[in-house]
Amino acid sequence: MSQAAFPEQEQTTEDGKKILPFTINFGPQHPAAHGVLRLILEMDGEIVERADPHIGLLHRGTEKLIEYKTYTQAMPYFDRLDYVSPLCQEHAFALAVEKLLGITPPLRGQYIRVLFAELTRITNHILAITAFGIDLGAVTPALWGYEDREKIMEFYERVSGARMHANYFRPGGVHQDMPDGLAEDIAAWAERFSDYIDDVEELLTGNRIFRQRTVDIGVVSKEQALDWSFSGPMLRASGVAWDLRKSQPYDVYNKMDFDIPVGKTGDCYARYLVRMEEMRQSLRIVKQCLKEMPEGPVMTEDHKVSPPKRGDMKMSMEALIHHFKLYTEGYHVPAGETYTAVETPKGEFAVYLVSDDTNKPYRCKIRAPAFAHLQGADFMCRGHMLADAVAIIGSMDIVFGEIDR
Amino acid sequence: MLSLERLQSEVTRALGSDVMHLSADRGELSVLVPRPRVADVLRTLRDDPVLAMSQLVDICGVDYPERPERFEIVYNLLSLRANARVRIKIHADEIAPVPTATGVYSGAGWYEREVWDMFGVTFAGNADLRRILTDYGFEGHPLRKDFPLTGYTEVRYDPDQKRIVYEPVKLPQDFRSFDFLSPWEGMTDVNMRLPGDEKAEEKK
Repeated sequence: MSQAAFPEQEQTTEDGKKILPFTINFGPQHPAAHGVLRLILEMDGEIVERADPHIGLLHRGTEKLIEYKTYTQAMPYFDRLDYVSPLCQEHAFALAVEKLLGITPPLRGQYIRVLFAELTRITNHILAITAFGIDLGAVTPALWGYEDREKIMEFYERVSGARMHANYFRPGGVHQDMPDGLAEDIAAWAERFSDYIDDVEELLTGNRIFRQRTVDIGVVSKEQALDWSFSGPMLRASGVAWDLRKSQPYDVYNKMDFDIPVGKTGDCYARYLVRMEEMRQSLRIVKQCLKEMPEGPVMTEDHKVSPPKRGDMKMSMEALIHHFKLYTEGYHVPAGETYTAVETPKGEFAVYLVSDDTNKPYRCKIRAPAFAHLQGADFMCRGHMLADAVAIIGSMDIVFGEIDR
Repeated sequence: MLSLERLQSEVTRALGSDVMHLSADRGELSVLVPRPRVADVLRTLRDDPVLAMSQLVDICGVDYPERPERFEIVYNLLSLRANARVRIKIHADEIAPVPTATGVYSGAGWYEREVWDMFGVTFAGNADLRRILTDYGFEGHPLRKDFPLTGYTEVRYDPDQKRIVYEPVKLPQDFRSFDFLSPWEGMTDVNMRLPGDEKAEEKK
């Protein structure tokens, strides 16, 4: 390593020789690094003495780019942050812009957004749990899980035209209504999906190897979790009953009946259990959304914000002007600022948006949950074996798109 | 959940004379405090029995180049007990350091590194103020408003030297920033005189 690695850790032996601790470069090209994590581990034999994550290898300057884009053009960047749970992040931006504009989407739009946010939570947790399994040597859950992930992506595709980077939510609702038959297909899938959760539960929950690798590994106490700005499953696994969908509900979450699983031990196993139960609870929300979803518009009718229908555009001069203005200049957002947070599958994802009465955001700070979690990797890994560091990183559910931004 | 009025009065009570400016907008409370006092203000809010701001969720910077102290550093706090959020703001510039919040919230470390990296604001007392998101050896602070979107250098792999080389940015086409702002919306002032208005007055 060319950089001076931790000179403060230098020790002098009795005969005056200077020794530096042994350092390992973990990643950025390592399957257990979940993307492009470069983790520098300072080892004492097999024991990790200090972990220093180097991030930023995927930094694309999203926040800077958004300052040069209109509000409509900024939306696709949110898909590309945490590319495993794209729609939940669009949700945060849509809610922030709505708050500044002072508009509320119609009820059906809100239901569709909650429905797809929960489907996104399920896809995210499938990937989180199965990738965690692969890190610890269990390959089968992933082989099975990708099938259901693919089905959810098909739902994405049918509703928005894209499998991953959906760009479906808009300030004021969603871009299009769901196509005919989609609600029935999601309902049919939701009936069968709990079988998959049961299967994974059978493979992992009681599995001796899996438990030996996760129980009592990377324990985070309640106080530590709060002190280190943890959120989402990382916070709940440590015994803090906190979920923004319950405590600060947005859209129609206050009409939904669901429970918040809370872990007791704060170790990797508790984080796994919390995610498993969250999938079941998300499934409950999906079913309620499908059952209660009202008919009606999906996008606000205010054509100063939402583009007019294609048919109207051909017939009405006013609609044509609205269409032209919205797709060139975009809408103006009154000056103000807001910190709007949503509960994404990984934790509290928030947008701190400063507007200055023009068509572009003045500043758009993205608060990524995994950024704070990865910061805790140091204290969580200390004193554990090298192999446990893999388990700890796996249990954090990190995706570099959102950490590096 | 604490109501906004209640939250406002509780914060005023807890902080006392440290409140320089307080605004409640769209249900969100933000408080401007003096820069040297920020760590103490955060500690007061964290230890206050009613507010109990147990989590620092975010620190971020905003650049206003026209101000004498051009940066605004924003601390977003969350209270799980009161189910409330408070924004603490300070003003800062390139030179004067900001007291670190790492003594109050351990999670502040990386957020301060990010503000240093992106805006060049220093934090006194942060033991590990390295760059975090940008490249090793990067120069400049990209989120400042005077930093160009395209940056100054670009990298490529040089097959002759067999390594990555840095070169000044060459744009095959100039950077285009379209100004779509409508000229008509500036014309709301009826008393404004435009060139040529005097001709209409001459006729009378």
